[in-house]
Parts: sequence; structure tokens; C-alpha cells
Amino acid sequence: MLAYILRRIAYMVPTLLVISFIVFVIIQLPPGDYLESHIAELQSQGETVDEGKIAFLRKQYGLDKPFYLQYLHWVWGMLHGDFGYSFEHGLPVSEVVGDRMALTVLIAFATTLFTWLLAFPIGVYSATHQYSWGDYGLSLLGFIGLATPNFLLALVMLHLANVYFGTSIGGLMDPQYINAEWSVDKLLSVLEHLWIPVVIIGTAGTAGMIRRLRANLLDELQKQYVVTARAKGLAERKVVRKYPLRMALNFFIADIGSLLPTLISGAEITAVVLSLPTTGPLLLESLQSQDMFLAGSFLMFLAALTVAGVLVSDLLLAVLDPRIRLQGGTGK
Amino acid sequence: MQPLLRVENLGISFNIHHTDLAVVRGVSFDIRPGATVALVGESGSGKSVTAQAVMGILPDIARIIGGRILLAGGEGEGGGEDGGATDIAALPPGGKEMRRIRGGRISMIFQEPMVSLSPLHTVGDQVSEALFLHRQVERAEGMRLTAEMLAMVGFPDPQRALKTYPFELSGGLRQRAMIAMALVCRPALLIADEPTTALDVTIQAQILKLIKDLQEQLHMAVLIITHDLGVVANIAEEVVVMYQGEVMESGEIGAIFNRPQHPYLRALLRAVPHFEMKPGERLTPIREVKHQLGALLSGREPWPRTGDSAQPNSEPHLIVRNLGRAFTIRKGGFGKNAAARVVRAVEDVSFTVMQGESFGLVGESGCGKTTLSKLLMRALLPDRGEVVYNDRGTMRNVHQLDGAGLLQLRQKMQFVFQDPFSSLNPRMTVLDIIREPLVIHRRGDGAQQVALVKELMKMVGLDPRFLNRYPHSFSGGQRQRIGIARALALRPDFLICDEPVSALDVSIQAQILNLLKDLQQELGLTYLFISHNLAVVNYIAGRIAVMCGGRLVEVAERTALFRDPRHPYTRALLSAVPFADLERPLDFAAIAGGQASTPADWPAPFTVDADSATALVDVGGGHWVRMAAECPVAEAA
Repeated sequence: MLAYILRRIAYMVPTLLVISFIVFVIIQLPPGDYLESHIAELQSQGETVDEGKIAFLRKQYGLDKPFYLQYLHWVWGMLHGDFGYSFEHGLPVSEVVGDRMALTVLIAFATTLFTWLLAFPIGVYSATHQYSWGDYGLSLLGFIGLATPNFLLALVMLHLANVYFGTSIGGLMDPQYINAEWSVDKLLSVLEHLWIPVVIIGTAGTAGMIRRLRANLLDELQKQYVVTARAKGLAERKVVRKYPLRMALNFFIADIGSLLPTLISGAEITAVVLSLPTTGPLLLESLQSQDMFLAGSFLMFLAALTVAGVLVSDLLLAVLDPRIRLQGGTGK
Repeated sequence: MQPLLRVENLGISFNIHHTDLAVVRGVSFDIRPGATVALVGESGSGKSVTAQAVMGILPDIARIIGGRILLAGGEGEGGGEDGGATDIAALPPGGKEMRRIRGGRISMIFQEPMVSLSPLHTVGDQVSEALFLHRQVERAEGMRLTAEMLAMVGFPDPQRALKTYPFELSGGLRQRAMIAMALVCRPALLIADEPTTALDVTIQAQILKLIKDLQEQLHMAVLIITHDLGVVANIAEEVVVMYQGEVMESGEIGAIFNRPQHPYLRALLRAVPHFEMKPGERLTPIREVKHQLGALLSGREPWPRTGDSAQPNSEPHLIVRNLGRAFTIRKGGFGKNAAARVVRAVEDVSFTVMQGESFGLVGESGCGKTTLSKLLMRALLPDRGEVVYNDRGTMRNVHQLDGAGLLQLRQKMQFVFQDPFSSLNPRMTVLDIIREPLVIHRRGDGAQQVALVKELMKMVGLDPRFLNRYPHSFSGGQRQRIGIARALALRPDFLICDEPVSALDVSIQAQILNLLKDLQQELGLTYLFISHNLAVVNYIAGRIAVMCGGRLVEVAERTALFRDPRHPYTRALLSAVPFADLERPLDFAAIAGGQASTPADWPAPFTVDADSATALVDVGGGHWVRMAAECPVAEAA
């Protein structure tokens, strides 16, 4: 097992290297760089440009060097924990991201919990009561959730929350707590705002998960081993919980791999609409303004999360499913 | 004596598309304590549904519409005239009372041991579950009882078996685990739904023996559901014959087999191939299907004769020399458990199929017969040896052909597949399916192709008006006919049939076998007929090769093989076939614990292991047996 994990981690190195190269190429593809667009912006506002400072910055970040040297410089820096410098914010990338990371993880965690707590019982109910009124009703709700654009839902919810609960528009806390020290009041304010993005981001995910769980469980419920369990005299509820549900869990775990990155990046539009202080809008901004090191670090971070997520779900699958643990593949 | 289970006038209907369809009508029979009753019929006869009703595990669309299922009370329960009997038909199937009966007093084993056990739970967990559910036992005591039960059904190391997962076991052991699971609560009645249909014939004999032994030890009644009259003859005391949801005939086994009254049962007995068939005797299918040969297909060029040999079967059509193919299997995905294992699927196989003959290849699952057929078709390449095909006088080495030569060979050799359900593309019409080979090989224009396809349909006994339908609207037997028509579309000379009837019911089996036999005569085809069923091979083949562990162990003329089998494996195989004949019961005492298919355990001079070289040796009259060469020194030199 240990050897397997080490081997898998070793495979991650070339994967991430290739991704880093592609990321860098894509960021470099549009003509110009951040400094050029920055100069253009300053000039259009009629301000003078300090040529000396520009030249200094260009030299400092190696923007005058050939492409491959820039790439090597960037990768080498990342290996040492130096993710570069955000031109736009005038701060090192790690500091720009750092603040927002905690809140992003908080929202991501709450959303995941919301999705699972809602999707699980509903999915099981829909599958075990296939074609009943309950199944039809919940499926309808699910489809509505799946079909409603998140940003639309976000606007509607913001309005309703403001009118009925007096919650301030946008953000994750009331304006007076921004940049304030953490206190009980601030925490309450965060919780008051938190449920809106959680419900909005969660609905689509919940609806998708209900459909998948229902389909998987329906497949498993047809299987012969379910009849075998019933023939032993097990109660129906126990039959479903012990056998088919356990089998249907595999997809759930396999999902973790893709869950991690989508939670960090997937909600940009909603986050922009709600003006959440999370990483999503930051990523969008950095891509627009060609803030190359910030954007590059973000994309690399997402890639690393994907690769790590896949590893985690593979290991969990091996723990939960003896077939994966004990059976090998057949070579041709 | 009061019956243990009495089924009275049972009626069950299926609700399909909001219409009720009665699938079981007025079925009545009794099971005495300790007796064995066989429920016989083809698929769709309602036998499994009846058993499911007894277990209270009918599918959601089914409903009991009448009758009673009376289970006699257990010890200490009730008394009086009705014996405290419970009417299972009146109990709610998910209710507490029914759950106590199910798995406790009545239990069931199923047809498919591969899918009837959960792959995620250990054998110990699944077997002991019923015990903890129905009996008040401590955990340690329960596991001890479970291990005892596993030992009783023949697990060599029951303690280890508790911790193994079903997918680590062979088919036979899985079925043993199923039996242990059903019997761990010592039920009064065991329902066995086709318990051996999915198993090889030697394993089948072992499982039947096991059920019989356990029945004696535990004093339980058995209701066995099967379509195999051979199994019935060997295990049952009473027989109930069902056809289209009704009981046709029931009674003592002797009366049923010796004096069958109902025409359906007589027809069923005639439709099964058996070993005592006279040369030229035909099977009589329950429903005869006529086929006719049209003008486009009947006029065939005669096979060019070389030299002075004028009689048929004189020229080799396919020569296989020392064919071998190994596969590497990686076992255990994690770290140190990972080890590459080389499996020799086909090893040193040599035989010759003569033109116009039907050559049978018999072997159990995993013996390499399908790999061999793929090598012959060049779907796989061999590691060693060669296959030479005689294309009407021109010898062609199958594995050295390429380009045009290979394309030409493809038109000469065709394949009929085992599974008529998955071998036809569900999104193509029958016309497109049968026509596809003609399109690929650019035979004729559109109109000619359609005319030929229509003729092919008539040739396999299907109505050409069905051409625009899709495969799902046909039964298994009809689909297999479509598969045969497709294989014959290019008018090949050589046909490989890989288990063409093993997925079909007995009555349908007879139709397809007769069709294949007739077509061979009419079109002058050469067959390589692969099957695990000895009786089927016996019916269709002239010469038969027996395969085990990737090697041919015996090749002989049909009558010689059955009259005088020489190799221990052939003997074991023949002795394990159940006959639908009360005079010839299986010799359960002689059935060994499964060593017959392990080449290293064969007695000398048949032993195959690291330090003995064996080869096919002619024992006279074209009868070849694999054994140690008489003079190994000379062999080596």
C-alpha cells in the first residue's frame, strides 16, 4: 500500500510539470504583458509613466527575458514557495490569496455539507420509491434547481433576504465588520450572510447529485444480491442500507476528485454577483488584467487540487471496495 | 402425512403497461417434509415466479390474485387439523411475520452464484447475517456455527473462508457459499432456483451431491427448479411440470419418466439430446420451424478434388499445428502483492478438421476453447505454432496473411457467437445486420444484397417481412437464427460455432441444432463446433476433441470417445453428465472433489507437470490420447 501511494505521488510530479507548462503558455498567449496594459491604462488616463520604474519592474520579474527562461524562473520560484508578485495588487501572490483562502474554504465546506445532507436522503428516497408522487415531486424540484442559472437565483435571493431579513446586500458580512477584529458579532454576521451563497451554489450540485445517486442506486437495486439479502429475511430498510447503498457510494467517493477544484473555482459568477470576498472573483480579475503570476498560481493551485483529489478518492475507493484492493488488472 | 408446504390453486398476475397478465394459473402441489420436488419447465413457464411467491419476494409488478400457500407450523406452534399452518399468500411480504419465515424456515439459492453475493462484504459476514437475524446467538458462537456450516458445504479452510470476498472464489465455491448462507438457519424447506445451470458439468455433479447429502443430514425438504431433465432424474422424488403458467402433469418421478402422459412432457423429453441417439436420429423440437433454401444460395461450386480421392472428408480443411498462446495476468494492484502470472491459455494444440465434417470441441469454462477459436479466426495472434487453411486447394497460413489475402480469408471463415443478445447491434435493423458483411466485402449492388438477405432469412426459418425490425423484438432463438444468417451471408466454407445454443432453452436448442445440422448438409459446410455440453456435441459432431487446461487431452471419433474414453479427464466429464433416465443415475460416490480438471493430479502416464512431457499418442483407429510419450528419450533426441 505504501509503495503504491509513493508511486502515485511520483506520478504526480510529471503531471504537474506538464500542466504548469501549458498554464504558462496559455497565460503568455495574448499579446503583451501586464506592464504594457498597465502603461496603456495610465496613458489613457493622462498620467505620466515613469519609464525607469517600468524598466525596473520588467527587469525585476524577468519580463525582458526569453519565454523559456521566464517559465523556468516561475517554476523554480514555486518550488521554493515563492509564487511571484501580483502587479495589480502590488503584493506578493501568497499575501493576496492568503486573506481570501479561509473564507473560500469556509464556503466550500458549508456548501459540500449542504449538498450531501440534502442530496443523500432525497436520492435514496427517490430510488426506493421510484415513480411515486414523492419521486416525481423531488425530481421536478431537482430539475428546477439544475436548470436555474446561479446568478439569477443569487439576485433573487439577495433581494428577498434584504427585504425580509434586512441582510445587507452582497459580501459575507455587514460592512462595518470588514477589516475588523474577529468577534462574536462578526461571526454572527458571517453566518447570517453565509447561507445565501451556500444555498445558491449548493442547489445545482444537489440536484445533480440526487439524479446520479438515484440512477446508481436504481441500477444496484435490480441486482441479484439484493434479492439474496431479502431472501435472508432482512428488513427492507436494512437491505437497502447494507448492500445497494454501499455499492452506490463508489461514485460518491470518485466524485471527491473533481469536487475539490470546483469548490474553489466553480462559483466565480455567483461570487461576483454576490461580491463575495473569495478567490473566485480574484481569479477572474487576474485573468482579465494579465496579472500573470497571480493567474498562474491560481491555475496551478487548481491543478494540484485536482491531482490530489483524484489520489484521495482512489485511496478511499481502495479502502472501501475490496475488489479494487484485491483484484489486479489483466494485461493483454 | 401432513405436507410441509401446500400450494393451492395459486394465481399470480403481472401488471405490464397497466394490463394484468396472468402468468401463473391454478397451480397446486404439495411438498412433504424431507421430500425433494422438482418444478420443471422452459423459461417463461412461471416456475420461478411460483417459487418467488413462496418466498414472498415477488417483483413489484407481480401480485398474487388467488389461492393459498400453506406452510405447516414449526415445533411448538399451533396444532389441530390445519397444524397451525400459515398462509404465506395472505401475509404482507415486507411484514415481520414473513421476514421470520423467509431465511429462517424457508430459504433459497439462486441461479447465478457470480452475482448473487455482494462483492463488498466478506463471505463470513453474508453467511452469518441470516443466523444473527433469526437465532439468538452470541457473536463468537455465531461465527463458530458459520464456520461449521462452511465446512459442511465443503470449504477446505472455513476459518479463512470467513474473511474472503466472493470474487476471490471460483463459481463452484461461490455456489457452496450460497448454499451455506441458505442453510445456516437449518430451514425446513430449501428452494433451489436453477442451482447448477451456470456451472460446469463436473461442478454441477458436486453441487447436486452436496444438496442431496445436506438434505439427508438436516432433514429438510427441497424444491428444485430446473429445465434440465437430467438433473431432475438424479435428484427429485416428485415432479411438477409447468407450461405457460399451468401445471401440465405432476406425480412420482418413476411415473413421470416412464409413462409421461401429457404431450408437452413427452415433447420435452424428445427435445433433449442424449447419448443413446441412433445415427441419423433427429431431435424433435416442441415447435418445429421450417426453413427453405433459395436459388441464390443453393448453387455452390463443388469442392475441387485433388488426386484420386473421390470420397468426401478426404481432404484437410483446417490444420492446426502446436498452437500456443499465453497471457500475463497482474494480480493484486498494490505494492508487494503485485505479481505477474503467466497463464498458458492454449498450449501445444494440434488437430486437423477435414472438409465437410463437423468437428466438436468440448471443455469446461476456462479451458481455453474460446481463446483457441479466436486464434483460429486471427482475432488473436499466437505465440507459437501455425494454422493452415485450405482454400479450395490453396494452402494459406492464417497468421501470415495480410492485406488482400486476409480479406479473402475472412470471407471463407465465419463465426456464430454464444450470446445472441449481445452479438447483435441493438441499433441496427435485421436487414442491416445480415447485410453488413455483404457491404463490407462489396458483394453485388443494393438490390442484389437485399434479395440475398431475404433468401438468408428464409434459409434460417425467419419471415423476410421481419427485416425492418430491430433485434429486441426477437426471442433468443430467433436472434441466434439472425446470427447464423449473418455468418452465412458471405457463403463461407468454414463456420466456427462458439457455444451457439448454451444461452437458449432446451426446446429452442433443438431447433437451432437441427437448423445447423441441416444447413451443413445442404451447403456442404465444415463446422468447428465448440460447446461445454457433451450431449450437444455428441448430437452434432463427427469427431470430438476434449480440451482441458489449454491442451487437447483426447481426440476421437464420436462413438469411440463415448464408448471407450481413455483419458481420466474425459472419463470424469462423462461420468458427471446427468442423464434424463432413471436407470442411469449419477454415481455420486465416485464424484471426486474437483481434482479431475487439474492436469498435475492426473495419474501417470497422463500427468502433466514440470517434469513430464506429454503428447497426443495414437491408440489406434484415429483415437488420440494425451499421455507421456512411450519413449521419452527418443522424443528428446
